Amino acid sequence: MLNFLPLSSPQARRWSWPWVITLGYLSVMLILPAIALIQKSLSLGFSEFWQIATQPMALSAYNVTFLTALAAAGVNGVMGTVIAWVLVRYDFPGRRIVDALVDLPFALPTAVAGLALATVYSDRGWVGSWFAPLGVKIAYTRLGVFLAMVFISLPFVVRTLQPVLQAMETEVEAAARSLGATPGQVFRRVILPPLMPPILTGVALGFSRAVGEYGSVVLIASSMPFRDLIAPVLVFQRLEQYDYAGATVVGTVLLLGSLAALLVINRLQQWGRYYASR
Amino acid sequence: MQAAKPASQLTSGQWLLTGLAVTYLGFLFILPALVVFTTAFSDGIPAFITALQSRAFLQATRLTLIVTAIAIPINTLFGLCAAWVIARNQFRGRTLLMSLVDLPFSVSPVVAGLMLVLLYSDRVGWFSPVLTALGVKIIFALPGIVLATLFVTLPFVAREVIPVLEELGSEPEEAARILGATPGQIFRRVILPHIRWGLLYGILLTNARALGEFGAVAVVSGSILGRTATLPIFVEQSYQNYQSVAAFSAAVVLAGLAVLTLIGKAILERYYLHKLPTH
Amino acid sequence: MSIIVENISKQFGQFQALDRVSLTIPDGKLVALLGPSGSGKSTLLRAIAGLEPPDQGRIWINDQDMTHLNVEQRQIGFVFQHYALFKHLTVRQNIAFGLEIRKINRPDIRQRVNELLDLIQLAGLGDRYPIQLSGGQRQRVALARALAVQPQVLLLDEPFGALDAQVRKDLRRWLRNLHHEVNVTSVFVTHDQEEAMEVADEIVVMNEGKIEQIGSPQTIYDYPATPFVMKFVGEVNVIPSFLHQPQGLPHDIFVRPHGVKLQTQVTDTSIPAKIIQIIHRGRDIYLELSLLDRIPFMAQMNRDEWQALTMPADQWVQVELLQPITFPQASASPHRLPADSVTAA
Repeated sequence: MLNFLPLSSPQARRWSWPWVITLGYLSVMLILPAIALIQKSLSLGFSEFWQIATQPMALSAYNVTFLTALAAAGVNGVMGTVIAWVLVRYDFPGRRIVDALVDLPFALPTAVAGLALATVYSDRGWVGSWFAPLGVKIAYTRLGVFLAMVFISLPFVVRTLQPVLQAMETEVEAAARSLGATPGQVFRRVILPPLMPPILTGVALGFSRAVGEYGSVVLIASSMPFRDLIAPVLVFQRLEQYDYAGATVVGTVLLLGSLAALLVINRLQQWGRYYASR
Repeated sequence: MQAAKPASQLTSGQWLLTGLAVTYLGFLFILPALVVFTTAFSDGIPAFITALQSRAFLQATRLTLIVTAIAIPINTLFGLCAAWVIARNQFRGRTLLMSLVDLPFSVSPVVAGLMLVLLYSDRVGWFSPVLTALGVKIIFALPGIVLATLFVTLPFVAREVIPVLEELGSEPEEAARILGATPGQIFRRVILPHIRWGLLYGILLTNARALGEFGAVAVVSGSILGRTATLPIFVEQSYQNYQSVAAFSAAVVLAGLAVLTLIGKAILERYYLHKLPTH
Repeated sequence: MSIIVENISKQFGQFQALDRVSLTIPDGKLVALLGPSGSGKSTLLRAIAGLEPPDQGRIWINDQDMTHLNVEQRQIGFVFQHYALFKHLTVRQNIAFGLEIRKINRPDIRQRVNELLDLIQLAGLGDRYPIQLSGGQRQRVALARALAVQPQVLLLDEPFGALDAQVRKDLRRWLRNLHHEVNVTSVFVTHDQEEAMEVADEIVVMNEGKIEQIGSPQTIYDYPATPFVMKFVGEVNVIPSFLHQPQGLPHDIFVRPHGVKLQTQVTDTSIPAKIIQIIHRGRDIYLELSLLDRIPFMAQMNRDEWQALTMPADQWVQVELLQPITFPQASASPHRLPADSVTAA
């Protein structure tokens, strides 16, 4: 029988079954692997690490990964806000279906998403064929990487923003209008400020997800070095070549990038709480 | 919560905004989803059915189901324990523990796979001497795929259960305990009835991710068709080998499961919203 | 079933919640633990229940040492401020919970639940869910659930804290009567002195982890042991010591608003005061005064006394202290002063 409750002494409470399972499982599943990665990185020594980390191919991969992810998350910062706004404020036909659809990237395996996007946006695809005559290639270029990242990072902004929008009092808008503000002023000065923390949190969450994304990108990108090769794919390729040092170094850089995003997200959430508590 | 403006009262500008949102989702989500179905059935239904009867496809399906069936109970048990520890105790490092539980969401699945390779690979892994001595193979085999899936689905149950457990508060547990209930009885009769929808939601998300995980599994599985390829890997491999009907047929199966997940989510969200006694 | 608390201490980090508290609660009594928030009253109650293990000390219930027994072995009933009802169970199922755990047979459970439903006057509502009940009804269900298992003692943590004023009043009276009926030793925590006065046989006043005074409501009110108790259990005026220093009494004088008499004629013991405001609170009149034009002072009188008083044109009246109390050092018993020892400066 699991002992789910604190025993009578605080010491015993620490070691009741849920504690043992939680800490034990996290140690084996997260901490041990993380130590393995760090140990492997450290074993290379700083100069070798730096040399591998700054190889031109790696630098180009970071560039493609981080900048494209930032652009994708940014675009969704705007479009996600529009979608969340429309879903909360307007009761249009099919709203429930659209609302459910937003979670598609959480539910759809990324490989399927990549496959589908590559097909629609390839030269001969439904949408790609409109752009081909203009000389714009989407699939198998950096634009395709961007598209895949837009796909998988969309729900984050919508889902962090929706509850905040829902809780927002419409009286505040009416009050601002009664004080003589134009609709534009109401939006800029009353509506937008409290929405900034959740929007930016969503952008950061989306960015963090896009940076690590592999499945959908690998299917829509040609993964050519210096063109549309992203860092996760580079890690994968290094592993396939049994270059464990190379894979570890790029993987560590990728991990540090994600952790930095995580710190930003924590800060943003604190900022959001500050707004919510007022 | 505020009421949405009914469609009849929307201005043209508001319709424009709605149209923009729907169009964006259309190009990003709906068209790609449609193309999966049309391509799968491009050679007719018999070709689709034949594709689903191939040995490689059936093997991949079997493997995916096995992995999911192992991952769900393990991460459910962990998620419940972690949620209880976090929601019911005040201790130093609580925030750290919460961030740690969320960490797999921030780690690239490929990096997760890499970590597992560094630990368990029989060539370079930390444990390679032990594994070789025992004759156990983890990387490029089922245990590796299970570990990778466990890693990426670790946070879901805990994240969904923490808020409902916090909302329940510790008083009903204490009340039951005073009335003589054992920890097992308290879990079954007081905690579980309250958290069930949140728990189910977490399991649903775990299930969706376990069925669909690609990056982490691709690294540790070796992607050997018919042996260590899960369904998503089967999709990718078939596509790279220009077996488009096979790829899209499997994709249809996965997309169908995704649609079921979305419907399940929508239903569970309704239960969340109307927390009425359900008997 | 008596409760004996012996030298209990409890610390939360740097905060001393209970500081060597000892207390005896006789069998069958209804006792209030009264104090401001942070005074340790809830911690003491939870320590008696076994929900909060004390750092040191012993707890006896019915001559049995309970200190190291788990909650479920102590045979206590506990009622929480926010009811802690099981939301997914009906009223009937909530009350039956403890009985089912004890594997009592169904007909007996049924009968006991029916008795309790009658006792809490909710006979018709057994099949409702807690969410469908009012706050007062929920708290009565919580009480019935605690009583169902026939506890040795009943512990209530701010039982009326979450209810609105009128319901609180009704429920207080009802709890008082219920206690007469079931006669189980009961301890309840409250921060509301009026509630403690009205419901309890005995009041334990607590402050900063210590017991300030134990006594009947009347003793507590009329013979407060410390300035803290004096201030906490009712409205009080404080006349600082410097006013009568020349007479050699270095203590502040405490007097309740109704312990004074207003008059127009000057006597040896009266203190002049200016009327600032007159407040009509129902049948009582409150006068906001300024003693010697600098010390805020409240006087209370009934309508008849008020009408007998002829209001002077200049708004100055003479205040006579009828029941002044001082606390020489930190002595255990209050010291009553003869009225003539106070003089105006």
